[in-house]
Amino acid sequence: MLHQLLFIPLAAVLLGAGAAGAETTLLNVSYDVARELYKDYNVVFAKHWKQVSGETVTINQSHGGSSSQAMAVVNGLEADVVSMNQSNDIDLIATRGNLLPTDWQKRLPNSSAPYTSTQVFLVRRGNPKGIRDWDDLVKPGVQVIIPNPKITGNGRYTYLAAWGAVLKKGGSEAQARDFVTRLFKNVPILDSGGRAATNTFIQRKIGDVLVTFENEVLLIKKEIGGDQFDVVYPSISILAEPPVAVIDKVVDKRGTRRQAQAYLEYLYSEEGQEVAARHYYRPRSDKVLRAHAADFPPLKLFTVNEIFAGWQNAQKVHFADGGLFDQIYVKQ
Amino acid sequence: MNLFARRSDVLPGFNLALGFTLLYLSLIVLIPLSAVFIKTASLTWEAFWTTVTGSRVLASYRLSFGASLIAAVLNATFGLLVAWVLVRYEFPGKRLVDALVDLPFALPTAVAGIALTAVYAENGWIGQWFAAVGVKVAFTPLGILVAMTFIGLPFVVRTVQPVLEDIEHELEEAAACLGADRLQTFRRVILPAIAPALATGFALAFARAVGEYGSIIFIAGNMPMVSEITPLLIIAKLEQYDYVGATAIASVMLVFSFVLLLLVNLLQGWSQRRRAG
Repeated sequence: MLHQLLFIPLAAVLLGAGAAGAETTLLNVSYDVARELYKDYNVVFAKHWKQVSGETVTINQSHGGSSSQAMAVVNGLEADVVSMNQSNDIDLIATRGNLLPTDWQKRLPNSSAPYTSTQVFLVRRGNPKGIRDWDDLVKPGVQVIIPNPKITGNGRYTYLAAWGAVLKKGGSEAQARDFVTRLFKNVPILDSGGRAATNTFIQRKIGDVLVTFENEVLLIKKEIGGDQFDVVYPSISILAEPPVAVIDKVVDKRGTRRQAQAYLEYLYSEEGQEVAARHYYRPRSDKVLRAHAADFPPLKLFTVNEIFAGWQNAQKVHFADGGLFDQIYVKQ
Repeated sequence: MNLFARRSDVLPGFNLALGFTLLYLSLIVLIPLSAVFIKTASLTWEAFWTTVTGSRVLASYRLSFGASLIAAVLNATFGLLVAWVLVRYEFPGKRLVDALVDLPFALPTAVAGIALTAVYAENGWIGQWFAAVGVKVAFTPLGILVAMTFIGLPFVVRTVQPVLEDIEHELEEAAACLGADRLQTFRRVILPAIAPALATGFALAFARAVGEYGSIIFIAGNMPMVSEITPLLIIAKLEQYDYVGATAIASVMLVFSFVLLLLVNLLQGWSQRRRAG
């Protein structure tokens, strides 16, 4: 009797402690420039999760080049969730690693991309070279800074944006090819990353125009460059959709599926969208987008799927060795 | 045990030490490197050949190995000078200069790359003077050479310095007494003594430059056919998840570097034997 009396409160205390102190950790393996975004979002989500479930969740971040991060996951880095800058990096985890189903993109709204960006131009103050649209980038004497499409997702998006802009204006494939060839003849340096290209344009003062992600451009404009630069929106550009996914094999093994799923779903909530917008990613939510309308003017956008039949195909045709991008530099 | 002819030593432990050495080298060097060759072996001979002899790849070999050789020669020359000054002269701040030499070892390579680019770009402190005479340093092969020279500096200084310290001053005095002029003293007395160390430093600086990625990538400009180093092409292969292609190029680099390093070692052995004999 005494034992039972003692046992009940003890069990309650233990259970209570168990629930309150159940500390789950999640690992979000991500690409380079998403570091600040997720640093903020992790705090927001942890608070939210504490409120709805009473559990404490700690999210660890790992950032690096998108492709090498994907490969690390294939090779055994235990990511509960991944956030990459293009879908073929997660496709790789699905096909090579068999860590999640290949139709992962259908599991969350908007092709599993909770926020978007696009490729826009940053020019020097007053726009001395009069750059208004894609066509102005191929004029003689204009220097364009674009990171290396062979090794950066950022550069690949710009290349595809330029190609698609020609097609969307009624041009042929041959004209598109000629256009990107002339465009890359105006690129004096192929930097090894998006940030390196920013550095070249801003610190080294090389180039008349930097073509990079809108979120990077707004970050420069608002937080680094101030009044030294102007943002130029081309008449049409590409929709960059950085996707996210739960890695099934890992969450099942670690028993973290519930938290991991909630972590990604909450990105679509108003609060999650707000964090994305604060980091200059275009939110999917209309309401949040309207609240930040000043940052994100409406823009005609096309998707990689629409013009290039998906990332894997784009990669094969344009960026693989001997592909169309290589042929700009080496006559085959 | 006749296989390993050896003198009987005062200290025991040959078997243990050799066993440990082999195990250690295998774990740290041989097994990872052989993985490169095993992975490459999954290619057919033709596929391998097309991969490693593409025009861009060939251009990158020329740049990587050519610039590394020049950088190693520069380091051998000026590294010797630095070592000489550090050993032979006393001056205020000598300790500081001595410590400065090691900095390229310690600095993260990306930081080195960004710093060098900032200084040698056309609007940089040094770059602007070059720009004034029409020479572009950053974002050209010349910039690659600067980065390679920077990271290779400590190797020559640190290998030559202790040998120079050991050379007895009396030898030079004796040479002078016997009628040698200054140049002869340097060529006939000092140079032979430091030659092996200099060769080692040269080889190390060369090998380091060939393998360098982090710092060069910021200053190179990375233009195909012009300023792409071989390690960049390997990264480009990895970006396409073409791991076999990447290891194919890597294995060519390894073989080439190994042959060059072996040559330097053989030369060194030969010159030592000639001096002894």
